[in-house]
Amino acid sequence: MTDLEYIVDVRHVKKSFKEVQAVKGVSLKIRQGEFLALLGPNGAGKTTLVEMIEGIQHPDEGEIFIEGKQWKNHEHELHQVIGLSLQETRFMDKLTAYETMRLFASFYKLDTLRVDEVFKLIGLEEKKKAYVNNLSGGQRQRLALGVAVLNKPKILLLDEPTTGLDPNARREIWNILLELKKAHNTSLLLTSHYMEEAEYLCDRIVIMDQGTILAEGSLEEILKLGGHHSLDELFITLTGRHIYE
Amino acid sequence: MNRITNHQLYRLIAAHFAEIIREPAVIFWGIIFPILMAWGLGIAFTQKGEVHFKMAIIKTTNDKDTLHETKLAGYLTANGVKKDSMYSILLKNEKLGDVSLAFFETSWAKAFTMLKKGEISLIVEDGTTDTKYHFDPASGEAKTAYQLVSNLSSNGSASYSANQTSIEPLTLKGTRYVDFLIPGLLAMGIMMSCTWGISYTIIDRRSKKLLRRMVATPMRKSNFLLALITARFSMNVAEALLLFMFARLYFGTTVQGSWPALIVLFLAGNIAFSGISILISSHTSNPEVGNGIINALVTPMMVVSGIFFSYHNFPDWTIPIIRYLPLTMIADSIRSIFNEGAGFIDVWREALVLTSIGLVSFVAGLKIFKWY
Repeated sequence: MTDLEYIVDVRHVKKSFKEVQAVKGVSLKIRQGEFLALLGPNGAGKTTLVEMIEGIQHPDEGEIFIEGKQWKNHEHELHQVIGLSLQETRFMDKLTAYETMRLFASFYKLDTLRVDEVFKLIGLEEKKKAYVNNLSGGQRQRLALGVAVLNKPKILLLDEPTTGLDPNARREIWNILLELKKAHNTSLLLTSHYMEEAEYLCDRIVIMDQGTILAEGSLEEILKLGGHHSLDELFITLTGRHIYE
Repeated sequence: MNRITNHQLYRLIAAHFAEIIREPAVIFWGIIFPILMAWGLGIAFTQKGEVHFKMAIIKTTNDKDTLHETKLAGYLTANGVKKDSMYSILLKNEKLGDVSLAFFETSWAKAFTMLKKGEISLIVEDGTTDTKYHFDPASGEAKTAYQLVSNLSSNGSASYSANQTSIEPLTLKGTRYVDFLIPGLLAMGIMMSCTWGISYTIIDRRSKKLLRRMVATPMRKSNFLLALITARFSMNVAEALLLFMFARLYFGTTVQGSWPALIVLFLAGNIAFSGISILISSHTSNPEVGNGIINALVTPMMVVSGIFFSYHNFPDWTIPIIRYLPLTMIADSIRSIFNEGAGFIDVWREALVLTSIGLVSFVAGLKIFKWY
């Protein structure tokens, strides 16, 4: 049985690669319209967990439900409700931003009206005709975000969407995300190295290390755990490391 | 119309095609370079001109003024034009073409250096009474030079320049080197364009996580591959047509056999190498590994499949293997259509085998294909 109050429902999921146990029995739920940050140092198991939610890795044990459905037998439907932006994705260099967006729009059978709407949302209207390889880092990330929200996804999975961007470009991305939340009640699962990003954007924060969840709750709730003043402090207490290590 | 232009297959083909034609290097290497190669090699091996042989001549005594008393020395003194330390001889023959011989008078050490650098193919040791020849018997050029020079020293210029009535030079279309070359270049174009254009593109997009991003949408995976193959095939058609038009206008190349058979074979060749390209790019996401895999596939075939020179020079036991390499099958069949007037009945087996290779490779490639 699944609980439809949650758009994502991860239950006791385990995943190993050869000898390494990447995820050790994690459970996680995300409500419709909720923004959740998944924080953890490199090797914490965040990417493996997100890849399992995304459907490209299969759990060794446990179950994952998205909108009450599992990946097996529902691949086509689930692709319609998920939006994705990967940190390292590079689109085709010699396509324009507009052609890139139209290409992805065609996968969802969307017309040019939706493409124009998304360009307005991400503020890249003036760069429609620019080749992807002529866009700045921030503009490429906005394009990637635009591609991710084309299908008005119910759940958006963003893997470090602002890594490497300057503070202004980062804030532009945050504003787009908050607008999405307001307009479409989109849910968000975000992995990040930036505490500030989690604090600013997310309703709930999950801290992971070594394949397990160490702390979970709203910013206030998890800071109360041991009377910390900042996420940085809490993170060091829990993991013995800085988040960027 | 709008429905078609919004269809994912249309947009994928348009995207792949735009990527190809917007890259100037692709136009150069795909279209201009094969034409330049056809022009260069066609000119070099087809034009009837002088043939040059260069050799070293070594005197075995310190007498600097004459070339001793051998027949060769006598011949060079009487007929050669001496400039610095080089004697040159021009042998004329209307049927065989003119031959120029250059004898560099030098030391053993310098002669060996010249031989190692490929500047000469023969060393002539001219003693006081007899002449010895030093050369690699495996080199056809060296053997020809030896036969020419030894004949000259025995029989004089008349041995080459006589009007041999028994020789009838062939000038028929289809027997020139360029007639051998152009079908080979067309076949090679299919292989290179598919392997680099399809395999490398897939590996590159996998390494940039673009494949992973695309399969996270409702895109049909088969549409992605179909679009890539279609865009590449369109380019292959354009490349082949331009190369053929150049050969037609510049060298007067004609297709003596069946055009429909040629089209079927061209299609079968593209299917074969498209399938092979999907198979070899099905796994790796490292462009350098991909580079190695593609080179390991194309380089041996380019060398042995008779693109530039006949593969019949290879050992007999290798010929049956070489004949069934995909590139050989395409090159041989195109050549037979171009030069021997072959029709569909002569090449249908090759077309069938090539299509089967392509389909089996495609299916096998899809089975193990990694999208991320």
